Amino acid sequence: MTVTRAAKRTAARLGAVVLTGALLAACGSSTDGASGDGAGGEVTITVDLFGSFGYKEAGLYAEYEKLHPGVTIKQTDTEDEADYWKSLQTRLAGGGGLADVQGIEVGRIASVAKEQAERFEDLRKYGADALEEQFAPAKWAAATGGGGEVLGLGTDVGPEALCYRADLFKQAGLPTDREELAKKWATWDGYLELGKQYKAKAPGKHAWIDSVGSLYSIMIGQEKERYYDASGKLIWQDNPALRTAWDHSVEAARSGLSAKLDQWSPQWNQAFAAGSFATIPCPAWMLGYIKGQAGDAGKGKWDVAALPGGAGNWGGSYLAVPKAARHKKEAYELIKWLTAPEQQTRLFEKQGNFPSATGAIEKVAGAKDAYFSGAPIGKIFGDAAKAAPVQVLGVHDQNIAQQITNALSEVERKGTSPEEAWSNAKKGVENTLG
Amino acid sequence: MTLAASQAPPAPPRAAAPPPRPGPARRAWRTVSPYAYLAPFFTLFAAFGLFPLLYTAFVSLYRVELQTPGDMEWRGLGNYTALLGDAYFWVALRNTFTIGVLSTVPQLVMALGLAHLLNYRMRGRTFLRTAVLLPYATSVAAATLVFAQLFGRDFGLVNYGLGLIGIDPVDWQNGTVASQIAVSTVVIWRWTGYNALIYLAGMQSIPDELYEAAAMDGASRWRQFFHVTLPGLRPTILFTVVVSTIGATQLFGEPLLLEGSISGGISHQYQTLGLYLYEQGWGFFHLGRAAAIAWVMFLLIVVLVGLNALIARRRSRKEAGR
Repeated sequence: MTVTRAAKRTAARLGAVVLTGALLAACGSSTDGASGDGAGGEVTITVDLFGSFGYKEAGLYAEYEKLHPGVTIKQTDTEDEADYWKSLQTRLAGGGGLADVQGIEVGRIASVAKEQAERFEDLRKYGADALEEQFAPAKWAAATGGGGEVLGLGTDVGPEALCYRADLFKQAGLPTDREELAKKWATWDGYLELGKQYKAKAPGKHAWIDSVGSLYSIMIGQEKERYYDASGKLIWQDNPALRTAWDHSVEAARSGLSAKLDQWSPQWNQAFAAGSFATIPCPAWMLGYIKGQAGDAGKGKWDVAALPGGAGNWGGSYLAVPKAARHKKEAYELIKWLTAPEQQTRLFEKQGNFPSATGAIEKVAGAKDAYFSGAPIGKIFGDAAKAAPVQVLGVHDQNIAQQITNALSEVERKGTSPEEAWSNAKKGVENTLG
Repeated sequence: MTLAASQAPPAPPRAAAPPPRPGPARRAWRTVSPYAYLAPFFTLFAAFGLFPLLYTAFVSLYRVELQTPGDMEWRGLGNYTALLGDAYFWVALRNTFTIGVLSTVPQLVMALGLAHLLNYRMRGRTFLRTAVLLPYATSVAAATLVFAQLFGRDFGLVNYGLGLIGIDPVDWQNGTVASQIAVSTVVIWRWTGYNALIYLAGMQSIPDELYEAAAMDGASRWRQFFHVTLPGLRPTILFTVVVSTIGATQLFGEPLLLEGSISGGISHQYQTLGLYLYEQGWGFFHLGRAAAIAWVMFLLIVVLVGLNALIARRRSRKEAGR
C-alpha cells in the first residue's frame, strides 16, 4: 500500500517537473552561445539590424558565404528601430555585445557622425575613400564625421510613394488605375477627399489609411528642413511646413480615416493580412515589409502610385562597424559587397529597398513588381529619388518625430483636441531633449 | 578512506579532565571566523549592490548623457527638484500606485483562496501545487507576448469574448483604465501562484489541533478560515505584502512588453516609475535624471516598507494588549 502511494506521489512529482521543464524550454530565449570561430580561417560575421533590410530574403548572405568559403553570417533583427537604437546605444556605452556590422537609420546618422565618431571604425582605414563616387553625395556626406571619417556605407534611400489595395478601391467604387489616382491625389487635400469618398462606401471595417503617424512621417519626408535648420538650430515649433503636415494629419484623424494602428506593433502587422486599411504611405523599403506581412494572399491586390504633394524621402540606412567589433576587416569586406551597386540592384528587384548607389539607380529604372500588380516601381521610386529634397539631418530627429507622432496618435485614438496635443508634443520634446 | 577510518581502533576514552583552554590564536579565530565566513557575501554585496547604489547617487547629482559620458556637469540637487516639477514623473508615480493596487490586492486575495484549497487533502495535490507555480516559472517576455495577443484591440481573444456578450471592443492599449487593467492582469497571472505557495507553507505551520478544536466547537470551514487560518498567517501575509509592494514599485517588464512602448502609451497612460526611469536613461540617454528617479524609487520603497512595519507592530501590540 505505502509503496504504491509513494510511487504515485513520485509520479505526480515527476509529472510536475517534466511539465515545468517543458514550459521553461518553450519559453527560454534562444541563446546561441558560441559564435563558433573554429580553426582553419573560419569566421562568423555577426550582423545586427532593424526593420527589414531583406539581405537574407534576397539570398545575399548565402551568396556571400558561397563566394567566401569559411565565412558564416549570422543576423539578428529588431523590428522596431527605436528599440534597436536604445539597445545599440547601451551596448556602445558599455563597449560589449556589439555585432560586427550594425545598421544605422538615416535619422540617427547625424548622432553617429556628430557625437559618436570615436565609437565606430573609420572605414578609410580599409580603403573606403575609393567608394565615394559610388554613392549619392548627400548620402555619403551624412555619414562623414567632423574629421572626414567615413563611419558607414549607405545601403538604401527611402523615396516615397503610396501603396494601395486596388481590390478594396474597386469595392468602394474608386478608380484603381495608378496614373489616374496619381492625378486625383496630386495634393494631400485631394488624397483626403478621396479618403472621405472611400469611407462613405467602404465595406466593413476597412479604414483608408493605417495610421496618422505614417501619414505625418511621409509628409514630413517631403520637406528639406524639418526639426533643425542648416545651422543646427531647433526650428520645429515655428516650421510652417511641419505645421502643414500636422494639420493634414489632424484632419485625417478627425475625419475617422485611420485604422488607428501603431506602426511596427503586432496589431499593425496583423492588419496587413486582414486588409484593415486601403492605403499606406510607402517608402521603397516598405514594399518588402508589405510582402512579408501580407504574404502570398496579398499578391496582385496591392499597387503603387506616385505620392500626393510631390517627392520625398523617408528613411534609408547605413551599415557601420563598431570599434568593439571582433572581425572588423571581414565586416568591412561584407558591407562593401552588400552596398555595391550590383547587390543594391538585386536587393531592389527582390525586396524593394531603393539603391543609394548612383550606378544602381539607372539599372533599376525599368523594374516592375508582380506582387504590386506589375507596378513600374523602378520608374515611380526612381523619379521620386531624383526629385526628393536633400534633408537637413539633426541629432535628435528621430526622438522629436516620435513625440510628435505620439501627440498625433492622441488626436487619432483618444479624441484629444489638436491644441492640447500640440502642447503635449512640445512638452514631450522638451522632456526628450532634457 | 572511509573504510580505513571505520576500521581504525576506537580512541581510548579520555580522562574526565577539563577541556584545555584554547590558545590565543584559536580564540582570535573564533571571534573573527564568523566575519570571514560572511565576507564573501559582503564583498559581493559591496561590489554589486552597495557600489552601484552609491555610484547612482553620485551620478544623480550631475548632468550625464549616455552618448557623451565623459562630460559631467554638476547639477547638485537639480535633477531631484526638476522631478518635482515634471508632470510625467507625477503621472508615472500615480500609475505605479494605481497599477500596484489593481494588481496586488486581487493577487493576494486570490492567492489566499488558492492556498486554502490546495491545503485540502485531494488527489494530485503535489501536482497541483507545482502547477500553480508554473506562471511564475514562465519568462515575463513569453507571458506578456501571449497576453498582448489576447488583449489586441482588433483581433484579440478578450475583445472577441466581450463581443459575444454584446460589449463593444475595448481599446486595451490606449484607454487609461483599460491599459492598466491589462498590465495588472499579467502581473496577477504571474504572481498569484507564487504567493499561494508561500501562504500554503504558512498554513502548514498552523497546528492541526487548532482546527480540530475549532471543528469540535462547531466552526464551519469558512469560520475556520477566518478565525484560525487568517490570524495564523498574519506574519506570512505581512511578508507577501512587503514583497509585493516592492515588486509593484519596481514594475517594469510587463508594461514595457505588453504594449511595446517605453513611454507607456501615447499619453503615458500606463508608464510606471520603472518605465519612466528606463525612458529617461535609455530612451533619451539622460543618465543623471534616470539616476535621480532610481533614488527616489529607492526612498519610496524604504518609506513604504517602513510604513508596513509600523502598522504591523501597532497591530501586534494591540493584540498583545488584548
